[in-house]
Formats: sequence, C-alpha cells, structure tokens
Amino acid sequence: MVERPTDASPGGPGSSKDDEEELARRLERLGESLETRRAAEEAENRKGRSSGFAQATKVASEFVAGVIVGAGIGWGIDKAAGTSPWALIVFLLLGFAAGVLNVLRSEGVVADAGARLREAEPKETRRPDRDGDRPAP
Amino acid sequence: MAADKVDPIHQFHITKILPINVGHYDVSFTNSSLFMAMTVIAATAFLILATSGRSMVPNRWQLVAEMSYSFVANTLRDAAGKAGMKFFPMVFSLFMFVLVANLLGMIPYFFTITSHIIVTFCLAMLVISTVVIYGIWKHGFHFFGLFVPSGVPAALVPLVTMIEVISFLSRPISLSVRLFANMLAGHITLKVFAGFVVTLSAAGVAGMAGAVLPLAMAVALTALEFLVAFLQAYVFTVLTCMYLNDAIHPGH
Repeated sequence: MVERPTDASPGGPGSSKDDEEELARRLERLGESLETRRAAEEAENRKGRSSGFAQATKVASEFVAGVIVGAGIGWGIDKAAGTSPWALIVFLLLGFAAGVLNVLRSEGVVADAGARLREAEPKETRRPDRDGDRPAP
Repeated sequence: MAADKVDPIHQFHITKILPINVGHYDVSFTNSSLFMAMTVIAATAFLILATSGRSMVPNRWQLVAEMSYSFVANTLRDAAGKAGMKFFPMVFSLFMFVLVANLLGMIPYFFTITSHIIVTFCLAMLVISTVVIYGIWKHGFHFFGLFVPSGVPAALVPLVTMIEVISFLSRPISLSVRLFANMLAGHITLKVFAGFVVTLSAAGVAGMAGAVLPLAMAVALTALEFLVAFLQAYVFTVLTCMYLNDAIHPGH
C-alpha cells in the first residue's frame, strides 16, 4: 500500500494489476459493510442503548412522574381553594395525559416541545445554526 | 452483623457521624455527607492530579481526564449547540459528581449517595432551576412559548398547555427517579444475591454446591452495576443537556 501504481501504468504486469483491482474492490466492500454496520449500531444505540431494565425504569419514571405531578398540583389546588376532590380528579387525568406524552417523547414518537417549535420556525430563518438533530434520551 | 446480611436495605441507612443542630433544623454530618465530600474530593483530586503533568503525549491518567472532558463537551455540543458551552462547567461537574458517586458506591461497605432520591432530586432541581432561570432571563416571556404548541386548534390550547406544563414539571422527578431507581434496585439485587450465597452455604455441602449459582449471578451483576453506574451518569448528563437546550433555544 506504500507505493500505489496508477491504473494506466504500462510497465505493471497483468497479475499485479488484477491484485490491485481486487484489493480496491475488497477495500470498498469493507468500507461499505463497516459503514452499514456503524449506521445500524448507531440506530441500535439510539433506540435501545441499554438493557431492558434501564429501558423499563426510563419509561416507568417518565410515566409515573407525570401522574405524580398532576396529582400533586390537583391536591395543592384542592387544599388552597377547598374544592376537594374536583381539582385532584381533573389534574390526575391531566397528569395521566402528561405521563403518556412523556413516554411518547422519550421514545421519540412525539417531537419535543422545543424541537417542534423550532421545526415550525425555519421559514422565518431566525436561527440557521440549529439543525435540530438531538439524540434520543 | 449477621442480621445485616439478610437485610438488603440496611446499606442505605443514614447514620449521624457528627450531630449538629441549627435552631430546629438537623444539619448533622451524616455518612451521606461524608461520602458526598469524598466524591467531591475524589473527583477534584483525580482531575487535578491527572492533568498536572500537562504533557503533549498524555499518560494514562491524563488521557482518562481528557477523554471525560471531551466526552461531556461533545455531548453538550451535540444537544445544545455552541451556545450551550457556557454551561459546560456545570454539566461537567454534574457528570463527574454522579459518575464518581456511582462508582464509589460500588466499593464494598461504601455508601451510595445516588441511591437516595433526595440527593438525585436536588441535582435534578439544580438543573431545572438553571433551565427556568436562564430561560426567563434570556428570553423573558417568550420562554413560556415552550408550553404553547403551534398548530393546535384554539379550543384545545388551554388543555394542551396544561398538559405541557405538567410534563415540564415532571422532568425533575423523572430525571431523579431514573438515577435513584437504577442505583437502588441494582444495589438491592446485588445484596440479595450475595445474601443467597451466605444463606445457602450455611446449609451444608449441598448448599455449598447450590451457592455457586447465586455467586456467579452476583459476579455478573457486579459487572452490570459498573455499566449502569456509568450509563446513568451519562443519561443524567444527556438529559441535562437537552433541558438546557430548551432554555437556550425555546423557539419563540
């Protein structure tokens, strides 16, 4: 690989030229397979980077957090305004919705609030430095 | 001590080392405080000592320090762009703190501070307060545009906004619960399987033979726990970067 004769070199014997072509082909194939492999691995990493347990805690924590915050807000409003139990019921339901939204977002099914707004924006070309590719959490 | 062996929760007990009371508040120096201090000292000492050589061709320690630096820097730059680099000191400190705390927790008889939800919740609140304060300071009222999605029918806007606000407020909780749950569950599992080994091997020769299985499991789990320790520090950092991105570019 140190010296690389050009294709048109007349002095080179036929066999070495074949070798060269063969080598080039193999290198190209290697590069291609490496590339596809890398892309596949990256996609794999992005989707399920970690063990099933980590995935489970991720989704569970996202969902539970939404429900807890909803219930907490509802309970606080009830406590402050004496409307028990209506605010708790309403905000618990909203919390469920937020939990589902969190899960969908963390799985990349629904765009992030910020990302979505940024996507809707480019027609005004306010921020050309943003390309909006963010790694999944 | 024999009773401790079968109690997988015992390792998380907080014990006061130096009782201090200020007014009605108990601000005692506990084993948790001790390990937090140790985490900070270990991380600081590692970075200072590792980079003290400043050689052009780094030795192993310097290489590890430089790798962790560029790793966090790349994560932050990918998630939050160039403007996010002004938060690098905070993000890097958080990453090193969580990582070193997780790894210190892997040493037998050491206390794992990240297995207490109040610790991880404080870290998460630090992140979220930074996001909110910086977002409002930088963008003013526009920051709240984060909660009002575009292209939604006017009748649904209040509902969707409410859900978005709850979703935003749930971020510190999910951020802290994820780190805490992983560390807690991992350490309990490890303890339970190690407890099996002790209990089984006390039951004679047949038990000894049977104890090989949980022992192998404990070894495998230890390896997994080291992975989780690193992974959770990384996940915490990535999420921090993503939330900071919302503060820097709320998209008005």
